[in-house]
Amino acid sequence: MADLLDLSLVEARAALDRGETSSVELTQVYIDAIERGAGLNAFITKTPEKALAMAEASDVRIAAGEAGAMEGLPIGIKDLFCTEGVLATAGSHILDGFKPTYESTVTANLWRNGAVMLGKLNMDEFAMGSANVTSYYGPVVNPWRAQDGGNAQLVPGGSSGGSATAVSGRLALAATGTDTGGSIRQPASFTGIVGLKPTYGRCSRWGVVAFASSLDQAGPLTRDVADAALMLGAMAGHDPKDSTSADLAVPDFSAALTGDIRGLRIGVPAEYRMDGMPGEIETLWQKGVQLMREAGAEIVDISLPHTKYALPTYYIIAPAEASSNLARYDGVRFGLRVDGDSLDEMYENTRAEGFGPEVQRRVMIGTYVLSAGYYDAYYVKAQKVRTLIRRDFDQAFETVDAILTPTAPSDAFAIGENEDDPIKMYLNDVFTVPASMAGLPGMSVPVGLSDRGLPLGLQVLAKPFDEATMLRVAGVLEQAADFDAVPAYLGGGT
Amino acid sequence: MSDLITGETGDWEVVIGLEIHAQVTTKAKLFSGAPTEFGAEPNTQVSLVDAALPGMLPVINKEVVRQAVRTGLGLGAKINLVSVFDRKNYFYPDLPQGYQISQYQQPIVGEGEVEVELEDGSEKSIGIERLHLEQDAGKSVHDLHPAKTYIDLNRSGVALMEIVSKPDMRSAAEAGAYVRKMRSILRYLGTCDGNMQEGSLRCDCNVSVRRPGEELGTRCEIKNVNSIRFVQQAIDYEARRQVEIVEEGGEIAQETRLFDPNRGETRSMRSKEDAHDYRYFPDPDLLPLEIEQSFVDALAADLPELPDAKKMRFVEQYGLAPHDADQIVEDRETAEFYESLAEGRDAKLAANWLLGELFAALNKSDNTLADSPISADGFGRLLDMISDGTISGRIAKDVFVEMFESGRDAEAIVEEKGLRQVSDTGAIEALVDGVLAENPDKIAEYKGGKDKLFGFFIGQVMKKSQGKANPALVNELMRTRLDG
Repeated sequence: MADLLDLSLVEARAALDRGETSSVELTQVYIDAIERGAGLNAFITKTPEKALAMAEASDVRIAAGEAGAMEGLPIGIKDLFCTEGVLATAGSHILDGFKPTYESTVTANLWRNGAVMLGKLNMDEFAMGSANVTSYYGPVVNPWRAQDGGNAQLVPGGSSGGSATAVSGRLALAATGTDTGGSIRQPASFTGIVGLKPTYGRCSRWGVVAFASSLDQAGPLTRDVADAALMLGAMAGHDPKDSTSADLAVPDFSAALTGDIRGLRIGVPAEYRMDGMPGEIETLWQKGVQLMREAGAEIVDISLPHTKYALPTYYIIAPAEASSNLARYDGVRFGLRVDGDSLDEMYENTRAEGFGPEVQRRVMIGTYVLSAGYYDAYYVKAQKVRTLIRRDFDQAFETVDAILTPTAPSDAFAIGENEDDPIKMYLNDVFTVPASMAGLPGMSVPVGLSDRGLPLGLQVLAKPFDEATMLRVAGVLEQAADFDAVPAYLGGGT
Repeated sequence: MSDLITGETGDWEVVIGLEIHAQVTTKAKLFSGAPTEFGAEPNTQVSLVDAALPGMLPVINKEVVRQAVRTGLGLGAKINLVSVFDRKNYFYPDLPQGYQISQYQQPIVGEGEVEVELEDGSEKSIGIERLHLEQDAGKSVHDLHPAKTYIDLNRSGVALMEIVSKPDMRSAAEAGAYVRKMRSILRYLGTCDGNMQEGSLRCDCNVSVRRPGEELGTRCEIKNVNSIRFVQQAIDYEARRQVEIVEEGGEIAQETRLFDPNRGETRSMRSKEDAHDYRYFPDPDLLPLEIEQSFVDALAADLPELPDAKKMRFVEQYGLAPHDADQIVEDRETAEFYESLAEGRDAKLAANWLLGELFAALNKSDNTLADSPISADGFGRLLDMISDGTISGRIAKDVFVEMFESGRDAEAIVEEKGLRQVSDTGAIEALVDGVLAENPDKIAEYKGGKDKLFGFFIGQVMKKSQGKANPALVNELMRTRLDG
């Protein structure tokens, strides 16, 4: 059965159409793979019965010639998406027992397109983290191992760590993720897969547990660029239930993968060359630039002068919004309640027990920056800087079609590393956060291996709602880089 | 300035600003499709958004925007084409989101003005600072269980307009007149039903006192007062309380207070130190609200005639005294009733009967015009019978009482009871002669110079006719007999 696990999303779709396999067979292969890979702790909730029922229905539709774009393809769902009747945890204790009666728009779109749900994927608590170590349900293990003599378990990155591990380790054909400051792209880089954060407003946020409303975006984590194009098309679309959803038609992203970037102008921002950045990251970046040049693109040196302010600004705005978004977890209506002698005590007990330390830290930071006397100095100023960051990109995109940068400043690190120093952990998002602040689409493509034999990705950014050009560039980069290394754990088939 | 409060040490001026919370008349809530009907079973009008379930997002109800703009136009206020919704953060069990979505720095409506008529007939202009949209909270019910609080989220997310006045009022009476006028305008516009008992209209009163001409004093805010009478009582009590404190050498603590209608007093709810830090910031789930000038213009062109304009028209068209016109136009229904009553009739007679007899009867029976057993049409036919001499004004009052009690037609009552006015000269002459024949001594006195007895003779004739004799004819014939 290992051969079925080898198929990509696009390949599996074709195999189903040709009748070489059935959705039930394919789904069962993944259900078994999930069992074998339980040690990676990628899933919080498995839904095998639901998966098989959906697969059966898919097989009927395939037989009837009514297959949707994702028909019969078993995927995992980050546990930040509400799916009807299935436990939704957001990786947090505070949502204990919460089973939504509603289906998020993005997952509803996927099911409408025929996708099959394998279960809910582990993640950093409320999507706050860059290593998937803040989950109440325990850390997720990266399928990769460093070739450095040690055998330490590595983090898959975060917050979509369960999604990244599931796709990389072949526990799912693909997975949904969400990206607020890099939560799709950084784990994709850490696990050697493709992770795509669409333009803010491309995918509906309705039914997705909110972290930072002005930044959160859903997107796919997939084995390759073609899979990302396919899956993004099945997730995206205008949603009147989300006021920030863009009322734009969804282009045929797969058709954008022309393999031809001749004449495209690709920007290389000077400010992303940071002090203390490992040489191998710089080397990888140069390799990517060279591959683009060889593919016929014109490389343009650009400047994004406010880049260095993006991370500190992000860590004001995101916690500010989070502190307010997480106020609804109060023990009154759903999830965990820890009683107390008074109302205030019940609030305190519930939130103290229900939220982990990283969430508490961010709620406190957010509360602080919004409080009287600090609001102007922090929140308002951060919004002004955010405008400048957006303007930097607007100006750059006057002369370039896409931007190429590293995805993350390092390869995957060991579980337990960086945990004593939140600032060091936050630095993981240094290359991904600026595009988040500007609402731009960005995606990570695996391009090479670090000195320790771990995957490293490069990030392609594009203009707002120009995911098509981004995918086109990413497709060429993927082809040129020809990344074919595989993780130590690969489906556990043999 | 008769509104000053006389204290032990001199005169004090009370300064009042009001925040009116008016529930917007719409079928759905501000950011969800849940219904807003009053009095439904607890937690039956609650959407996922209103209960703040994870991942739920607000979507603005366009009808609420329309109503807010119409209200702004009705207040002659500036309409802001761009406004912003903010989150006001605080924890409370009946506030599911943990924040109220409101408008803080950029409200949908800016400055405006409202003219109020005061009891002495003078007019005063009260400034409007702003009008903004916000969500109502749910309701905490503390008295169903000794240890538990129950939450009803039916009101959670209901659209409110908060209309903030400038501190332009100087007495409880002015504040009462302002609330009455505001309610009248809102009802004319149909943007709020103005029902204070059901909580559709609530009032926060900001009250401070100062020596006339001096700087503003420290204010206290009295929350959630739910009748005009209570607004006035609360302000009167609060102003006197503050004067007493200051005169005794104390200082007013800025605080939020509650009015207790049973005791007629205000008491402290929370001090400034305990005040929440609401951590306002723009709601990232909502884009700034942008509306087109053409949208505003279309609504402006479609506004109904409002009380001030109607009053001026009634004064001009019907020759009403401004004070009468004011009373008639306060309620749109009353004004409509009046217009159909006055149509083709003596407009002043109509106003007098409406404000006099009908209002008195309605008040006495604790009814409103909507419950009136007498229709404008039926009332009009009674007035017609006065005008054409069928019955006298005196008799008409009796007929009116009968109409009000039984709901029957004036004509039927007059016919059945034989109340038609007698204008037959012969019949009246007979009555006059009869009275004169019975009172020879009084005639002698009259002739002797006791002129006042003329009234006595007239009274006797009217009595004999059971009030039906045409008074003018009686007068004329009596005069001919006695003086002719």
